[in-house]
Formats: sequence, structure tokens, C-alpha cells
Amino acid sequence: MAEKTLLQGIREALGEEMERDERVWVLGEDVGKKGGVFLVTEGLYDRFGEARVLDTPLAESSIVGVAIGAAMNGTLPVAEIQFADFIHPAFDQIVSEAARIRYRSNGDFSCPLVIRAPFGGGVHGGLYHSQSVEAYYAHVPGLKVVIPSTPEDAKGLLKSSIRDPDPVMFFEHKKTYRLIKGEVPDGDYATPLGKAAVRREGASLSCFAWGLMAHYCMQAAEELEADGVSVEVIDLRTLKPLDKEAILGSVRKTARALVVYEDNLTGGFGAEVAAIIAQEAFEHLDAPVVRVAAPDVPAMPFNKPQEDAFMPSPERIAAEMRKLAAY
Amino acid sequence: MATAKETRHAALGLEPDRLLTMYRQMVLARAVDRRMWVLNRQGKAPFVISGQGHEAIQVAAANCMRPGIDWLCPYYRDLPFCLALGMTAREFMLAVFAKADDPNSGARQMPSHFGIQRLRIITSSSVVGTQVVHAVGVAYASKMRGLDEVSVTCIGDGGTSQGDWHESMNWAGIHKLPFICIVQDNDYAISVPHRLQMGVDTVARRAEGYGVAGEAVDGGDLLASYEAMRRAVERARAGQGATLISAKVARFTSHSSDDDQRRYRPQAELEALLRRDPIERFRNYLLDEGVVSEADDERIQQECTAEVDEAVTGAEAAESPRPEDLLKHVYADG
Repeated sequence: MAEKTLLQGIREALGEEMERDERVWVLGEDVGKKGGVFLVTEGLYDRFGEARVLDTPLAESSIVGVAIGAAMNGTLPVAEIQFADFIHPAFDQIVSEAARIRYRSNGDFSCPLVIRAPFGGGVHGGLYHSQSVEAYYAHVPGLKVVIPSTPEDAKGLLKSSIRDPDPVMFFEHKKTYRLIKGEVPDGDYATPLGKAAVRREGASLSCFAWGLMAHYCMQAAEELEADGVSVEVIDLRTLKPLDKEAILGSVRKTARALVVYEDNLTGGFGAEVAAIIAQEAFEHLDAPVVRVAAPDVPAMPFNKPQEDAFMPSPERIAAEMRKLAAY
Repeated sequence: MATAKETRHAALGLEPDRLLTMYRQMVLARAVDRRMWVLNRQGKAPFVISGQGHEAIQVAAANCMRPGIDWLCPYYRDLPFCLALGMTAREFMLAVFAKADDPNSGARQMPSHFGIQRLRIITSSSVVGTQVVHAVGVAYASKMRGLDEVSVTCIGDGGTSQGDWHESMNWAGIHKLPFICIVQDNDYAISVPHRLQMGVDTVARRAEGYGVAGEAVDGGDLLASYEAMRRAVERARAGQGATLISAKVARFTSHSSDDDQRRYRPQAELEALLRRDPIERFRNYLLDEGVVSEADDERIQQECTAEVDEAVTGAEAAESPRPEDLLKHVYADG
């Protein structure tokens, strides 16, 4: 065990999987010699060569489309989209193609690929380097959606994603890349998809989040501990498949639910979590399900006052927790 | 050395047997295609979309490929192509009747959305242009793995306006991929004519701009098509890179069974189309060269009709998909 950053966890998973299985390769803009704009793929070019660590033209639809074709011809591509904000030109390839290949061919074809993309804000990225796009893809049957929040999970979940026989969207919160450090087990391990992680046990209320927000929820929960409010924090880790049992089990215990997400409030994935709780655990609830999310403005501004006002903060989350606990 | 009397097919090294095979494949494709329109009119096939008029380039291309080794990312007019690669008339009719055993999709997709793993015909959607990028990915994987495979894709003239098409041609040029894009240019994208689709007479002109070889060919001439395609396949196998073939063809039918091309094509133009029938042209060639007799032709026509009859009878009687299977194959585990 050694302490590593979340970014190192991802890099280790890529390197180890490429070492273990020569079918695995990565492609994207600047992933080669430069090692990616965040340096996630640093060193891979020297270890595995240009053909398997491929710098692509600046054209997202073909990054994904080429990966799809290569996945149907015996390889396991890991495509990097430089920022989740720029994934939209590839939406058609992801949603109309990758997600439907197994279904539309009645199981005759499959599309085992991973699409990695840094998402999220709080880094002065402005409207086009800060977006949370997970809800678009969590809506689509045929895709899996994975969002690690710890270095250990980043490595273990990425390994599971690469080994998964279906297309996986792997979103990495860019603010967590170097901010979040933690123990990463040595050697090979895979963290199963579809299992949430209880980050903190509690009895007063349940808090559900993913990515950076899972950390903010932990900070808020620690603050409330001093006030005698015991918050259970559950990191969903994979939005699809979703660990409904973990969600419902926690709500049955605490009778209060808070869902925190960085995406816009309306139609964000937290809305689905809230709906599941309302529909399947209604009789266990002592209070309305509460969503804490970004306001419905197009995206996160560049300037700090408005960026701060957009992002749910530990303070705002703590305030909502207090209100909910007192309901 | 070629003599003045050498036939066109002999110059291409094509034996009479192969000519007959290709002729039969074209005749069968036309017979299947015509029948599905009849079934549509009878209310037995909710939707059909045609390859009539496109047979020569498709059959020629298929006969330059090795089924099960080389790959095809098809588009919705590739019925003759897929039949020539080994899909049976019965398999296609299972799709037309939307039956469970349709090997393309279990009747989840509309007919003519081809995809059969055993023939390396890659599953296709209704989205125009996405398949071209897949063909590039297939070719890149073949090259990375050191495999001697050629990746072929088809699209219409309208499809070349898509960003995915441009991105694909760029990739193919960068990596000198064993990739061939056949543009079946029938002058119309549903109702939008060629002159409003592009500013060049043939997309093959764009090849140089992408760093790929370009071939403009009369796609209604089977032997000319064969020659262009064979050159492209040899180029791919020799590691010399990709080819863009623009094949001029005639669209005999409306875009689909939900369209009526008389609304936007002048009557004189439609009548002139019939003089460009690729099957008629090849038949005349074969008769002129004495490769087939009228009697041979009659026999081939009858055999193909019988094959279609049998395919229709079998497919119509086959089982429909079950509602409870709706949820299958979303993911590998269910």
C-alpha cells in the first residue's frame, strides 16, 4: 500500500491493463508524448509505443467511432475525451452506436470499450471546461456510467471497466485528480461495478453523492457530527448499474435522504435517485427527499464569485443537512 | 500480352464461371428486392428500402473480398452486397417479415439494417455516416494486430456531407489504412439532388485532399466496378493505403416505401434511368460475348425466382419475436 493521487490510480490501472492484455490500447488528443493535458497517460507512450498510445486528430466523434470499430475487431480501446465538455460531438457515436450494438444485433456483436473523460468544476474552467455530463449517459440503456472518487476506486473501477464486455463511460472529476490522495493497494485488483460504498455510517440522515461531491458531503457530515447529527454518506461510484439496494437500505434506516450533485438541478442524475427513493421507500421517509445541486443556468462561469455560487459547497450542503435533520 | 480481340473480362482475368456467379448474384438481388416491394404493397412488409440499380458495384466489390475475413460496414442499400457475401434470401426475408430468426437483428431493426458476424458484416444503424468511422476503427485494429484484412464501407452521396465521413477519410489517410469507402452516388439523398449536396461532380475528387487514392467509376458497369475495386483491394493488401471509390449508380425506386420519387424527379429522368439498368447491361455483355445463352439466362431467372419463393414461404411461416425477449441483450449479462 502506498499513498497516491486519484490521477495516479487511473494511470496505474491503464499501465497494468496494457501490460496484462495486449488488446488494450488508448487513443485521444494529446495522450501520446505529452501524456494527456492532465498527464494521466504520462509514460504510456514510452512503454507501449505509438500504435497503442495513439494521438488522434482533433475530432471527438471519430475518436469514439474508431474505438467502436476497433472494439468489434478484437481490441479493447480506452478512448480519452480531453474534457467532458467536448464529448457532445461524439454523442451520436456513443448513444446511437456503442450503446445499441449488442441490442440491435440481438447479441451477435458487442462493443467492449471505455470512454474516459474529465468532468466537473471548481477549477476556473468556465463554461466549457467544467460541465457534469453524467446524466445524459446514465439515461441510456446499454451504457455503464462509472465515477470514482478515491484513488483506490479509480484504479479498481477502471480495471473493471476495461474488463467489462460492454461500453463504459468513465468520468473523472478533474478537481479530484491531484487533490484527493489515498492508499492504493499494490498489484492487481478490480472493484466491481454496481456497488456503492458507504463512506461514513450514520443514523440521522442519508446523503448520496459521487465524484467531488462525495468529498464535500464527507466534510459537511463531519461538521454536523459536532452538532450531534449523524450523517450516513454513500458514494454511489457507478450510476449505471446503480446500487439501488444500498440506497434504499440506507433510507430505510435513517428515514431522511439528501442527494447532492454538481450538475444542474433539473434532470440531473440526482433526480433519478430522488425518484427511486420516493417511489420505493416512501413509507420509510420522515421528510421530503432533498436535492442539492447547481442552479439551472447553462454552465459554470469562469469568475470565482459565480463559480462558487454555482458549485454546491460543503457549507451549503451542511446547511441543507441541518434543515433536513430538523424537519 | 493483350490482343485486340481480348475481351474485357479476360483482361481482368475473370473466368466465365465467375461471370456467371456475379450475374446470378445480381439477378437474385433484384428478384429479392422486387419481391419485398410486392410484400409491402400486400401489407405484409411494413417498410422496405432498396438496392435496385446499385447491383453492379456492390456485387463487383463483394467478389473482390474474402467473406468472413474482410469486413463490410454496410449501409441500407447493400442488399446485393450482403447476398453476394453469403447472406441467404431466406435470411433477408426473415428481416422483411420481422421474424425472430432474422440474423441481422432478431427483427429489432427495420429490414436492410444489415449485420451478420459470421460474414463480418458489421451491424449498422439508421444514422447516416456513423458506419464509415467504424470501418476505419476495424481497419486500424487489423493493422495494429498485423492481420491481412481489408475493411470496406458503403455510403450514399448524401452521406458524404456528414462530419463522420470527413473525419473517417482523414483518419484513413493519416494511417494509410486497409480501408475502402464506396460512395454509391445515385444523385439523390431522398429528394435532395446532387447539385445541392456537393460542389463537385464526383466525391472522388476529394480523395487527394484526404491523402487517399480516388477512383471515379461507372457503378452500373460491373466489369469497370470490379476493376476499380480490385485495384483498391490490392492497394489495401499491399499496405499502400486507403481508397475512395465514387460509383455512379441509378436509384430505380423511391428512397423507401414511405417515399414517392415522382414528387421530385421529372418523368423523363425516371424513364431515362431504365436505360441504365446494370443487370441489363451485364446481361447484354454476357450474351454478346457468348458467355451465356438466352436459355441459360432463362434458367438463372427461374432459379432465382424459385429461391425467392422458397425464402418467402419459409420466412412468412417463421416465428415472430416474443414480447418477453424485449429486455434481452442490453448488456452481456442480460
